[in-house]
Formats: sequence, structure tokens, C-alpha cells
Amino acid sequence: MQQNFTNQEYAKYVQKKSPNSPIIRNIIIAFIVGGLICVVGQVVSNFFKARGLSTEQVAGATAIIMIFLGAFFTGLDLYDSLAKYAGAGTIVPITGFANAIVSPAMEFKSEGYVLGVGAKMFVIAGPVLVYGIIASIAAGITFFIIGIK
Amino acid sequence: MEFIRAFIVGGSICAIGQILIDKTKLTPARILVLFVILGVFLTAIGLYEPLVKYGGAGATVPIPGFGYALAKGAMKGVKENGLLGAFTGGITGTAGGIAAAVFFGYIIALVFNPKGK
Amino acid sequence: MTATKRLGKQTIKLQYPPSIVSTASIVGKKEGEGPLSKYFDQILEDALWGEKTWEKAESKILRETIIKAVTKASLSLGDIQYVFAGDLLNQCIGSSFGIRELEIPFFGLYGACSTMAESLSLAAMTIDGGFADYVVAATSSHFCSAERQYRFPLEYGGQRPLTSQWTVTGSGAVVLSSKENGPYITHITTGKIVDLGIKDVNNMGAAMAPAAVDTIYTHFEDTGFIPDDYDLIITGDLAQIGKNITEELLQEKGCNISRQYNDCGLKIFDNKKQDTHAGGSGCGCSAVVLAGYLYNELTKGNLNKILFIATGALLSPISSQQGESIPGIAHAVTIQNTLE
Repeated sequence: MQQNFTNQEYAKYVQKKSPNSPIIRNIIIAFIVGGLICVVGQVVSNFFKARGLSTEQVAGATAIIMIFLGAFFTGLDLYDSLAKYAGAGTIVPITGFANAIVSPAMEFKSEGYVLGVGAKMFVIAGPVLVYGIIASIAAGITFFIIGIK
Repeated sequence: MEFIRAFIVGGSICAIGQILIDKTKLTPARILVLFVILGVFLTAIGLYEPLVKYGGAGATVPIPGFGYALAKGAMKGVKENGLLGAFTGGITGTAGGIAAAVFFGYIIALVFNPKGK
Repeated sequence: MTATKRLGKQTIKLQYPPSIVSTASIVGKKEGEGPLSKYFDQILEDALWGEKTWEKAESKILRETIIKAVTKASLSLGDIQYVFAGDLLNQCIGSSFGIRELEIPFFGLYGACSTMAESLSLAAMTIDGGFADYVVAATSSHFCSAERQYRFPLEYGGQRPLTSQWTVTGSGAVVLSSKENGPYITHITTGKIVDLGIKDVNNMGAAMAPAAVDTIYTHFEDTGFIPDDYDLIITGDLAQIGKNITEELLQEKGCNISRQYNDCGLKIFDNKKQDTHAGGSGCGCSAVVLAGYLYNELTKGNLNKILFIATGALLSPISSQQGESIPGIAHAVTIQNTLE
């Protein structure tokens, strides 16, 4: 008796019945929150610049501070509450990367410090490292072959 | 001024991420992977550097900025150490971030417990 | 010997309908803040309930709920001859570890969120068959243990789409007896798996609705009942989207249930105030609504005949990562105060 619906027809029907995410509102909030996190990054970066660090040192130190902030607010149970509204605004910045590492580490502590915290830490963020590193090596090899100026 | 530029560039990158979340079937994990590869690629063809010059932290704090740091490190590595540098450069350039993520991730997990919702 | 209690394709009519002699429900804080708050036996302030892990907490909730239900029936655990129970966790550890110390013969079940109707069906059939006088049917779910198994760590900053549902923290237990005078379980329609290819794990209601439609429609065909024979037809956890779809698809088949139709996933939360998006879900959802609200209304006489249809999405994180669609199932149980 279900057969009066094909899978495609049902998928279309379900889409019509399902509420869409409030996309405009989501984009605006993501823009504002993401932008503000970057402004914090700029403040941190300016601070290190003023202390006389080199460009590379500034980049490294800023990344460390931003990752600390993301990790710390995750521990305080605040990052996910902000992320509920901010979506990509909290996922895309490096603080979101920290959140993706800390949250499973905390969650799987119940399975022990080695197989829980240690093993599950990269269960969400691992792919970013895997693909980022592979892409960078590919870029490096390409530069090596075609010769860098 | 640089704060406004960081706000606009960083906000825009996040807004693009939000459009991908809401408009496509891509999960956040896939979008992050896409963004980091894109960051590497744009850096390699010389398009990300100008964005970093303009937007500062607005371009380096979002995840494509991680790709930028990886690619820049790899390119620098090739310049200094040839083929070996292609392998060591990326992680060298991002060592601080990756080490911080592991270290703080571990410490925070020791100190805090997830809260029931 | 032939099966004499069958009606139509998928339904049975119990010859010696067992009675529900008592129920118990224990829920989490969020459920306790919802509209059904006053019907639950106990509301937990702390989602861990003094335990070390979410899984241990879930087992404790199930165990305490069963003990409470048995105590309310003025029975002791030794009087219970079988317990049928299940949950959402891998290998059903919620139930197994919850029941471990109770020393009651145990059948562990998995029917995802349909498990409450599955356990109720089998418990009723066991009594009707003359195999037991007292049987317990129970299920549990826990938001925190379900999230970490099916979705993300609790502190992960993700955004839940509007079609997503909120897993209920709680357990419901029902004590069935061959004696006593109702409310009786009289008919059982066992559902078959229906899968219309939905893959979106954030839209379970839509994935399960076709199974609910199939079971409800078959129930009326098999029994010859009409929707108006029931005071209430209530599905387990289809929530807003699944409920609308079920109602509309049944309407198209000429079966109008809109007057008496509702859904446990919609009853348990105030979606607007509690930010639960489409509604509640989980084995515990239909279980606590049945054990709390529905049983109360039945014994008070506000409801006299209901069709309880728990709905399940039979997926696992592995199957969805492998690109499989979500198979749905729905089991229906008729509960009524009087026997015709």
C-alpha cells in the first residue's frame, strides 16, 4: 500500500513538509559572531606585534591563544551555547577547531585516558589535519617540481 | 580600521560556511575539510596572501587560514630544504597551533566534565 | 493446532486480555519542565543521578523505574516472571545493566524508539498465552548517552536543524497482569519495516512516518475498527513533521484520524519554549508518555480506548555513514478500559 509513493516522490514531499532553516538570520549571526572572533584574533595579534615578535611568531602565538580560548570556553560549557545560534560563525574560526578537539576529549574521558581522551580527541577534527597536511605536501611537491621563484 | 577589515573578511568567510551548511547536504566536518583544502589551494596559487594582507586576523583565524599557514610553511620548506621541506614545512608552519590543540585539549578534558543538557 | 487469535494480516486479538496494573516513569530535568510534568513519578535534577557515566545513569533510571512500578502494584520483584526491555544503546547495555541486579528472567529487545510497543506486545502475548501472571515491559533513553553514540559530544558546538528531535531522558515501565480489571491490552498490530529512502538523520519523523501510516492503516483493515472507535490515536515520536505527514498520508488513503490523533514527541515538550525543534524522540519518549500521562487519563476515565503506536528508526551510525537509508517500523497496541 506504500507503493503509491516512489522514493523520489516521497523525498520531494518530505522536503516540502519540512521547515527550512531561517537562512538569512543564520547567515547574519554567523557573519557577526565569526567576524567578532576574528576581531579578538586581531587584538591578540596586535598585542604580540607590539611586543616585537616576527610575523611568523605573531601568527603562531595568536593561533595558540585563540585555540586556548576556544578550548577554555568549551570546558566552561559556553561554546556550544553560542554555537547553537552562531553556526558556522563558531565552527569555521580556529576556536571551533579547538572545540572539535576538546569536546570529544571531555566526552570520552569516561572510556579512560588512553582509549578515551587520547584516541577520541581527533574523532571530529582529525580530517581537517589529514586533508590539510596532505594538501600542503601536494602543494610543496608541486612547487618543488615546477620550481619556486 | 584593521579591526573593521578583520571583522568583514572573517565574518564573510563564516557566512559562506553558513550558506554551505544550510543550502547543501554538507556536514560541518566536510565543510571544514573543504575550507582547509581551499585555503591551501588559494595560497598555492597566490590568491590568499592578498586576503591576509587586507583582512589580517579576519583571514588567518578562520580555518582556511590554517590551510594558508600549512601551504606557506610547505612553500618555505621547499625553498629552504627542497623536497624534504615539502614534507616538513607544513607542520613546521602550524606546529604551535597543532601542539596547542593537543595540549589544551588534554588539559581541559582533565579539568572539566561535559554538562548534561 | 492453528493460530486462532489472528485477525487479518498483522493483527492479533488477545483471548485473555492482560491488565495494566501499574506504571511508573522517571524523567530528566528538561522533560520535567515540559507540559506533562505533573504526570511523572520522579523528575531528576541531575542527568547523571550520582553515577559516573551517562550509560550508568540510564541503567539506574530504568532499574529504579521498574522497581517503582512493581512497588506501586503492591508486588515484589520476585513476583515478576518476565521483563521485556530495551533501549537505544549499542548491545542494549542500558537495559542489561539496569536489570542485572533485579534477578528477573529477561528478554532484551531492540526496536529503536518503537521498543515500548514491542515490549508491551510481547509481554501481553506472554500473559495471554498463559506463560506468566505478572510481566514488566519497560524502555529507557537518555539524551546524553544517545548524543554521544549517534551524534556529537555534548560540548561540541553544532547547530541542530529545525527538523531534528530531542532524545528524551527517562524511562517508563508497565506491569501487566493476568488478573485485575483493566485497562486491558486487547489488540496488537505488529508493524513491518517500511523504508521510503529517507537518509537525513536529522529528519527521523519523516523517515518513520510511512511505517506509522502502514501500521495504522493495516490495524483498521485487520480489526474492522474505525478511527472514531478510539478516543486517542497516539504515535510514539514522529514529532511535528512526521505527525503532519502521517495524518496527511492516511487522509489520502481515506482514513481520517485528525480528530483523535496526537504524538508523544509533541506532547512531552513545549517545542517553542524548550528549543526542542521538531519534538521529542527516543525509546523513553513514548514510554514515559504512556506510563505517565496516558495511563493516568485511562484510569481516570478521561480516555477509554486508545491506540498506542510506538515508532522506530532502525538505523545505526554505521549504516548511515555507509550511505544506507533509514528503515522505519511501527507497532500498534490497543488499550481499553472495558472489554466488549
